[in-house]
Amino acid sequence: MENTATAGNKGKRVRSDCHVTIRLTNAGGIDIELTSKVKFMFGADIMRRIHEVLDFFEIENAHVVMEDSGALPFVMAARLEAAVKKLVTSEKSFLTEYLEANRYETTKDRNRFSRLYLPGNTPSLMINAGLHHPDGLILDLEDAVAFDKKHEARFLVRNALRSLNLYGAEKMVRINQIPAGLEDLDFIVPHGVNLILVPKCESAEQITAVNRRIAELQKLHNLNAPVWLMPIIESALGVIKAYEIASSAENIVAMAIGLEDYTADLGVRRTNEATESFFARSMVVNACKAARIQAIDSVFSDIADMEALRQNVLTSKSLGFDGMGCIHPRQIRVIHENFAPDKAEIDRAKKIVNAFMDATEKGLGVVSLGTKMIDAPVVKRAQKVINLAISLQLISADWRNEFLAPAAE
Amino acid sequence: MKKYDKLVTNAAGRVVPTFFNGKEHTPYLGVGKYKPTGRKYAPPIATCANYPADGDKRVPSIKDALVRAGIRDGMTISSHHHFRNGDLIAMQVFDAAHELGIKDLVWFPSASFPCQERMIQYLEDGTVQRIEGSMNGPLGKFTSEGGMRGMSVLRSHGGRYQAVQDGDVHIDIAIIAAPTADPFGNATGDRGPAACGLLGFALADSQYADRVIVVTDNIVPFPCIPWQIHGNYVDFVVEVDKVGLPERIVSGTTEITKSPDRLLIAEMTAQFCDEAGIVRDGFSYQAGAGGTALSIGIYFEQMLRERKMKARFIRAGSNKYPVKMLEDGLVDYILDGQTFDLEGVRSMRENPGHVNTSPFTSYNYHGKGNFASMVDVVVLGATEVDVDFNANVVTHSDGYLLHGIGGWQNCLFSKCTILPVPLFRDRMPVIVDRVTTLCGPGELIDVIVTERGIAINPLRQDLIEKLKNSKLPIKTIQELKEEAEQICGRPEKPQLSDELVSVIKWVDGTVLDAVRKVIV
Repeated sequence: MENTATAGNKGKRVRSDCHVTIRLTNAGGIDIELTSKVKFMFGADIMRRIHEVLDFFEIENAHVVMEDSGALPFVMAARLEAAVKKLVTSEKSFLTEYLEANRYETTKDRNRFSRLYLPGNTPSLMINAGLHHPDGLILDLEDAVAFDKKHEARFLVRNALRSLNLYGAEKMVRINQIPAGLEDLDFIVPHGVNLILVPKCESAEQITAVNRRIAELQKLHNLNAPVWLMPIIESALGVIKAYEIASSAENIVAMAIGLEDYTADLGVRRTNEATESFFARSMVVNACKAARIQAIDSVFSDIADMEALRQNVLTSKSLGFDGMGCIHPRQIRVIHENFAPDKAEIDRAKKIVNAFMDATEKGLGVVSLGTKMIDAPVVKRAQKVINLAISLQLISADWRNEFLAPAAE
Repeated sequence: MKKYDKLVTNAAGRVVPTFFNGKEHTPYLGVGKYKPTGRKYAPPIATCANYPADGDKRVPSIKDALVRAGIRDGMTISSHHHFRNGDLIAMQVFDAAHELGIKDLVWFPSASFPCQERMIQYLEDGTVQRIEGSMNGPLGKFTSEGGMRGMSVLRSHGGRYQAVQDGDVHIDIAIIAAPTADPFGNATGDRGPAACGLLGFALADSQYADRVIVVTDNIVPFPCIPWQIHGNYVDFVVEVDKVGLPERIVSGTTEITKSPDRLLIAEMTAQFCDEAGIVRDGFSYQAGAGGTALSIGIYFEQMLRERKMKARFIRAGSNKYPVKMLEDGLVDYILDGQTFDLEGVRSMRENPGHVNTSPFTSYNYHGKGNFASMVDVVVLGATEVDVDFNANVVTHSDGYLLHGIGGWQNCLFSKCTILPVPLFRDRMPVIVDRVTTLCGPGELIDVIVTERGIAINPLRQDLIEKLKNSKLPIKTIQELKEEAEQICGRPEKPQLSDELVSVIKWVDGTVLDAVRKVIV
């Protein structure tokens, strides 16, 4: 092994991060050079933390250069450990506090309108992400992390899952493509991840491999919380195998399409009209519905154009998607507002569900609204809209009393 | 003579000097407690017989004007920040004074900017003894590290007017850089190649200085209309090639923020105002500079537009956003204290609803009332806020001076003062036990909005009552402080020297706090 290692980021534009260089020496104990914009407030604390991590990994002699741009404690610990583990082999992990606020599970059928991508090696973008209340937060170990930063990003993502308050968002991680991504699982499964995105998925075997490793880790760490999967279809082959993938495991709750890679695979340009991906999107939606899971659309990349995003969401919803990815917090609201049922949809659903309840109460076998008969699937879809509207607090749980009230007056 | 002396603990619990720069000063007594008596300060009696009957007061150069104005050691020379970072005149004045071998001048700017960084060399070589105004960037660093011989004094815009009016500061020579003027000295800021809007910060100087010099690059024949500055106060007029760089009056803080976190804080602030019943037909607000404040204005605009309501007036800092509201009929008047972009300048020139104001109308402690206290809501920034709602706007948490006070202290008198701030910056908590430097007493600060929660001052039970069923995350200030510390850790206090380098004046001229020297 080398005797010098670095981890983290530095530079004028870097915030809430640090860069550490550790050089192992033969004698002289631990010698630390610290520069930090918060030295006047946290200088002693930072020195203590460096000693603590080095002690933990039984490093007795080293020269440490810490260049800090205001890293929060969980970030600094991740950077230190990442550098140490380039120098020494250790089975131990220096785990930061697992916040009570982050100890939650998610359900299979929860709303997944929005999921916000966060680059897995950029702390400044993670810190307030949960405050924007996306349905899911994706700590991305794959495309958003440069190859030579993959190692250190794992420690940062692990510590973020434990120690960064994510304010109730579903805790998601996008691992690297299988098989490389299997190693990522060790850093996330024991640390409360709710859902794992499996990128560039092309076969059921990849899902099986992921689940096998998850099961091993769950056994090893004695875990019983569910870990959901969301495969991402990003190639022509993936599209063809969409149903096989979607139906390959019980813990798959949703499947997404990734259009950047898909259009590249097809050798076409991605356009705003998206005619080139219409087939693929429809295939994915159809496969998801057949497998009774949620269909999730690709991200919309123009973060400045909210009107184009809105149109995109409406199209997406009309194709049958249940949610989409986002790359900027400002997109979240537009996505939520436009995936949510609108007033006309809710009003119609109320009428249908009410007619159904009327018929049931009166013991009638046939549901009708006015002169029209209503089929069971229509009722079912209307009930789904009502449930969604209640969960989004668009209508109250006893909406039917309010619905009937004007008639009673 | 000692730089400062007679330390006392003032009513805010801060240890301050009551003797500095050769004079006695009153310690802060509490909000509205200091009631001065006597008569206002007045400039020497002038005689029109001493001025050219044809009204032509032009002299060949700034240096010549300074000599004719009788410049000598120890004088106080004022300048203004209407061109913000595009000012070209202040440095030329001190270059001329330096060439004349003048020493120990006091520079009394309405604000300083990075373009005046070169002033440090005159502070070092003795041309300038001290600055009474604001010290930003390199000047702030120089002052904080103890480089200035005299005590620097920081005042609000209103405090500057007050200090001139009650004689705390005697201006020997005022230099007024004007985008347009006539040979008599009538001057305006709203037109000319270097149009910057208005010249309100120079109003007191024109009225009270012993000698007044107008400098312009756009001489028009008498009369210069409008005359924001009256030539009847002016001694000399100097024509130069270029008076200022108008493109630099636009600062980086006059665009709406794109930061999602700041937008969140802006949105929470606007929603708070709405739920508190502040946003209604005929309301008024202060549109500050800075991305967050501007974004709040955008949310107000949306609410007014959707509800077909209209604000009565916006106190500004104007730029293209309030101008658009004025032109779209969403507000009756902009009462403008300084223009932040060229759209603001254009509007002020063209639109009778866009009115120029001054610290006299808005902020002055010695006035018979102020516009600032009639504003329904104001949003302001802060570097730190403490658990008693006291706020700091001039020093960084490490003790370095980094901002002037500007109109900040004066605006605290609005009906509702809100500070939208992040809970922490990188790893630095913004909500602390005790602010490093006290600039605004907590009793005037009503609401702190952070991305992780909103704290309402317990003195405002009315607001607490109105928001009690809100879905907004209402917390106590103590809870916010603890939340910041859970995330960042508990900070140590910066180690500062016992030596004082600067004093903070309150709006009434009393000494609110002192800034300590930083240990390098």
